[in-house]
Amino acid sequence: MSARDLDDRPLQFMGDLSQLPGHGHSHRSLTWWGMMGLICVEGTALALAAAAYLYLSSHERQWPPAQLLPSAGWGTAFTVIVLLSFVPNMVLNKRAEQEKLGPVRLWMVIMTLIGVVLVAIRYFEFRSMHVAWSDSAYGSIAITLLGLHTVHLVTDLYDSVVLTVLMFTRHGDTGRRYVDVAENAIYWNFVIYVWLPVYVLLYLAPRWL
Amino acid sequence: MSARNPSLDGEWLDEAATHERLRRTWRDAPGLWGALTTLDHKRIGLRYIVTAFGFFALAGIAAFVMRLQLAHAENELVGPDLYNQLFTMHGSTMMFLFAVPIMQAAGIYLVPLMVGTRSLAFPRLLSFSYWIYLSGGLLLWVAFFLNIGPDAGWFAYVPLSGPQYAPGKRVDIWAQMITYTELSSIAVAVSTIATILKQRAPGMALNRVPLFVWAILVMSFMVLFAMPSVMITSTFLLMDRLVGTHFYNPAEGGDALLWQHLFWFFGHPEVYIIFIPALGMVSSIVATFARRPVFAYPLMVLSLLATGLFAFGLWVHHMFATGLPRLGNSFYTAASMVISIPTGIQIFGWIATLWLGRPRFTTPLLFVGGFIVVFVIGGLTGVMLASVPLDLQLHDTYFVVAHFHYVLIGGAVFPLLGAVYYWFPKLTGRLLDERLGKVNFWLLFIGFNVTFLPMHYLGLAGMPRRVYTYSAGLGWDGLNLLETGGAVLIALSMLLLAINIVRSLRSGAAAGANPWDADTLEWATPSPPPSFNFAHIPLVTGSHPLWESERLRVMRGLQLDKRELVLTSVLDAQPDLREPLVPPTIWPLLAALAVGGMFLASIFTPWAVIVGAVPIAITLTAWFWPKGKAEEEAEQ
Repeated sequence: MSARDLDDRPLQFMGDLSQLPGHGHSHRSLTWWGMMGLICVEGTALALAAAAYLYLSSHERQWPPAQLLPSAGWGTAFTVIVLLSFVPNMVLNKRAEQEKLGPVRLWMVIMTLIGVVLVAIRYFEFRSMHVAWSDSAYGSIAITLLGLHTVHLVTDLYDSVVLTVLMFTRHGDTGRRYVDVAENAIYWNFVIYVWLPVYVLLYLAPRWL
Repeated sequence: MSARNPSLDGEWLDEAATHERLRRTWRDAPGLWGALTTLDHKRIGLRYIVTAFGFFALAGIAAFVMRLQLAHAENELVGPDLYNQLFTMHGSTMMFLFAVPIMQAAGIYLVPLMVGTRSLAFPRLLSFSYWIYLSGGLLLWVAFFLNIGPDAGWFAYVPLSGPQYAPGKRVDIWAQMITYTELSSIAVAVSTIATILKQRAPGMALNRVPLFVWAILVMSFMVLFAMPSVMITSTFLLMDRLVGTHFYNPAEGGDALLWQHLFWFFGHPEVYIIFIPALGMVSSIVATFARRPVFAYPLMVLSLLATGLFAFGLWVHHMFATGLPRLGNSFYTAASMVISIPTGIQIFGWIATLWLGRPRFTTPLLFVGGFIVVFVIGGLTGVMLASVPLDLQLHDTYFVVAHFHYVLIGGAVFPLLGAVYYWFPKLTGRLLDERLGKVNFWLLFIGFNVTFLPMHYLGLAGMPRRVYTYSAGLGWDGLNLLETGGAVLIALSMLLLAINIVRSLRSGAAAGANPWDADTLEWATPSPPPSFNFAHIPLVTGSHPLWESERLRVMRGLQLDKRELVLTSVLDAQPDLREPLVPPTIWPLLAALAVGGMFLASIFTPWAVIVGAVPIAITLTAWFWPKGKAEEEAEQ
């Protein structure tokens, strides 16, 4: 087949792409855009669940209706730790962008451990809500909101475990893996940010409303 | 220096050798294994198109049976239970299994070609999305043939669809079908957005992006923000039905209107998700057959963006009859009228384009004409329904049925069929027959209006939607019979389309690369395009690459022996990175089986969500885990 079969158009070579690099960080990478898409979707889902919470609460004279307030201890502990985790997470993000294998391995292990601690706290948080999803619409939406955030938490923890293992294999020390690590850290930031409104709704709103 | 490296494309290899090398690099495995593992956006896109048209035919047959039932008063062809299933299946299939997937499929197939790249971004995600979509569709239709088809309407209002009034599994199947199809739709949207923003050919700055691609971009963003709403709301419904939550149960503090708010927060944008890509198709067809650029490109782009934005502010106009506060109603009335402005701008834009050009009235352009006439009528009744007092009168009557069929068939199906005639040569290498095409168009145009125009009157005369029969002597008989006659014409026109397609596939005229003398990049590659799309990545220097230069400007330097793309900057499409692409893989199919199996089992037990997470985690990990050294070498 010759070039003329393509479109009867002769080709005109205008430049060379062969010297372009094979990977880039942040918004230069496709991974970042995929991550942002995921964050948009999950953020919307969480925002709509939060809207449903406010909508249902607006129909009640008392919120929570005739039930115990959730105990805020575990939830507050979660909030403090998850906010503090922003620091090691951003260190990890920077080390990944600098593509330094040793520090990346170290901080990935630390972040994974933080994740494990947070999941454990989350277990006690569910118990401190003092309501089951089948008790009332309040129970349904409160447990669901907490559950939605837990899905993000557990998903990211699992991703982190897989990535951490990967960084200790021969596949670890490559540019594209560092992009994966950096983007995984960005997703963790999302898990931090969306927790704050959920905390306000679950623990503070019942005391204010 | 790479100029001597024979594995990079360039002038020093002749074109035949370049193509041969690329073909080897980009080919799929032969046979069934290749079909299951392919990541080629064209194969998967075509699969989506064929599947979506299959569901279109099924939903069309359901509609035809309903029309036969309504042909005369007190007909006993179909009983009330089956009738409920039929209109639910018709609406759900048309919206979730046909309209959205077919528009996304057009993007899957065409966008990479139109922006000059070799693949859609995240091809494994794309492959996964298809299997999930297919599973959701099969779930719905297998259930229907087992006589457990959903029967609560395509928007499944609670409390009718709740545990109290809809026992059994019918509504669960409907709600879980939503989860499948919306997951698949979101996956496609993410792939498409990344492709359009990062994989455009060097030089294709945002102000040179074809209007069709803009339309697909706007639609994909809408999918990201609208689909989560229906997934959330149908999950709440499933939980109410299966594990005893009370989201929609007023006795325990829940609220049935919560369903309507969340459903229509998705449902109204949904209409524009279907309609906006069709606008892109119209722009492509009008430019080509008027033989000039579309008039006022910046305004056309801004109109698409405005439509996408306003679409999220209208949902309450579906709920005027629910007794919401007056002030709110006025706001939504205003918003519903405002959204007709950007659409109006585009319609005038196309008319101006045709006016200033030298139009050739081929079949695709005829369908565009049909679109303008039918859609404008639907738009006008839309403005009528946006006013609350009138809406309260016409709510749940055939007037509404007429309105949304004018909008959806006029706004989406007419442009889509025009697009079939327009892009069929690119997909298959063969032209459809023009004479049959024109008969096809007129049969559909006449059949459509005979079927749906009288519904306006029937609605005004008080005929309600969703009744399986009616008494004689209400004055509805004659027009209903006429409508059924119109449905026969529509069926004939669809049969004619099928005949035209089969004939062309067998013995149609060869199309060549660019049969219409069009301006965009998909016409710069053979028909059908090779697996690698372009032997050399195009360099774009204007908005209409094929009209502006006799020569095809290209860049060299991507590898021939590895799958590789070029990533460019978001605004100006400056070349930035070489991106290696994964080889074909079976893991997306296995992951889809794991995810689909979990969804299916969760209809029967909530534990499926916990247990099912294990195979999902395993398959996704295997999907993600790097295979061999291909990626590492691509770095060098």
